[in-house]
Amino acid sequence: MAELLEVRDLFIRYETVDGVVEAVNGISLKLDKSSTLGLVGETGAGKTTLAKGIMRLVPNPPGKITKGEIIFNGKDILKLSEADMRKVRGKEISMIFQDPMTSLNPVMTVGEQIAEVISIHEKVSSKGAMEKAKEMLEMVGIPAERAEEYPHQFSGGMKQRVIIAIALACNPSLLIADEPTTALDVTIQAQVLDMMKKLKDKLNTSMILITHDLGVVTQTCDYVAIMYAGEIVEYGSLRDVFKNPQHPYTNGLFGSIPSLAEDVDRLKPIKGLMPDPTNLPKGCKFNPRCEYAEEICRCQSPETTEVKGIHVVKCFKAQGLV
Amino acid sequence: MISITTTIIDVVTDNRVYDTYVISQNLVMRLKGPSAEHIFGLDEFGRDIFLRMLWGTRYSLFLGAIGILASTIVGGTLGAIAGFYGNAIDNIVMRFMDILLAIPSILLAIAIVAALGPGLVNILIAIAISYIPTFARVVRAKVMSIKDQEFIEAARAVGASDARIIFKYIIPNSLAPIIVQATLGVAGAILSIAGLSFLGLGIQPPMPEWGAMLSNARTYIRDAWHITVIPGLGIMLTILSLNLVGDGLRDALDPRLKN
Repeated sequence: MAELLEVRDLFIRYETVDGVVEAVNGISLKLDKSSTLGLVGETGAGKTTLAKGIMRLVPNPPGKITKGEIIFNGKDILKLSEADMRKVRGKEISMIFQDPMTSLNPVMTVGEQIAEVISIHEKVSSKGAMEKAKEMLEMVGIPAERAEEYPHQFSGGMKQRVIIAIALACNPSLLIADEPTTALDVTIQAQVLDMMKKLKDKLNTSMILITHDLGVVTQTCDYVAIMYAGEIVEYGSLRDVFKNPQHPYTNGLFGSIPSLAEDVDRLKPIKGLMPDPTNLPKGCKFNPRCEYAEEICRCQSPETTEVKGIHVVKCFKAQGLV
Repeated sequence: MISITTTIIDVVTDNRVYDTYVISQNLVMRLKGPSAEHIFGLDEFGRDIFLRMLWGTRYSLFLGAIGILASTIVGGTLGAIAGFYGNAIDNIVMRFMDILLAIPSILLAIAIVAALGPGLVNILIAIAISYIPTFARVVRAKVMSIKDQEFIEAARAVGASDARIIFKYIIPNSLAPIIVQATLGVAGAILSIAGLSFLGLGIQPPMPEWGAMLSNARTYIRDAWHITVIPGLGIMLTILSLNLVGDGLRDALDPRLKN
């Protein structure tokens, strides 16, 4: 399969008054055309920063991409001019934000907002753009007559559909969905995810799905990357990671969700908290919370090593050194 | 409305009404009190005060409105740019506004008129400049609160340019406080124009302007109360109603006050 996106050794920093926040630390990943990658991790793991990095939307200042390459469709988007980058955003890479309630402009009708993306990127008349916007609305299951209405007249789930319609309006080759269902209730979550998956298959779009919900990942993703403190600690196909988790953190994540098959009294949460990103621990970033941690974990950072095929892990234990 | 009507009358009658009734003098009838023929009475030169009040709106209300419109546009644009880009640009623009704000607005207006000389356009410039900082501040504050909202980021994520974001996203969302400030500003501007005219720096006689009418009538206040009281009441009622409109608009536009 052809490669669509490759991130190489990416570092993103936020320089704040309280110190330098090391949000993304040397991430490398690949994404094929029309496949889906799930990016899983706790709050503060750097998932959203990575997504914004790919869109080149890291707020600057204080944020800065200090090192690395992002190759999209054969070109390094970190080297594009701002004007060229604007042509990529929305046209080739789109993003869906977490909170549908605040992601729409309250003073524009939803139709206008969808039509706006189309008129930015395609040479169409405003009438043509509106036609297309209505088509998009129909596609996400909202009657076209409602294009004249304002965002406050829509429910949360419908707003998220509108946002999806905006994101897919120009038929992008990559869609980044940043926790698209977190703000929605469970029944609407299922509908929205189902619809996203259908549209993705129909339009042949690749997707990066950011979430902390492992259930969502199993439903939609082909590949999974587990993030911790700005690093990818484990990466592999859905089956690899879910059937044969290697990293203690991945195991910890699975241990903290209830299983349907077994009757468990208490869940096993991962002890401790995410480290302070201005002051990351030496060695393996997970060592203060890891039950297997030994001397080597405290002073040396593990390399990314292959488990089997594309399945990789960043841990001394998995390498058999601990 | 009245000022537009008077303009139309002027155009239609080729200034005959203005020449014969508004500025022509009739010394026999001077200082006559209100009567059925002249409902507000006549002034010290025997001119009909009612008609002068009507024609005066053209200067008072119209100048006020245009002056505020100009300062809203200039101040609003400066404020939006300062708030949107922040940092150095914000500092330069806002410190300049602070300098303007440090000078009392009536004093600033007097200084500008004194430098440029009295006249319609110069008064307009003076009023506009002295109200720019207020608008810049209001708009900047609003823009700063809007630009961090998620829908602005979402707009960037679909490839919108800065100009598009400012004009289609930020300005429409910050209109409410600007409208309120503008209505209140018109009231203030009318008062400033009247004040300038009262001091002799504004509209020059024989053009009818409320502040100038008040100033000229002052001498005769013991003999003919009506020529002072009527323009004064006119100014007061206009400003009161503009302030009430401003308050009403604020209540109507602020969603938190709605039930």
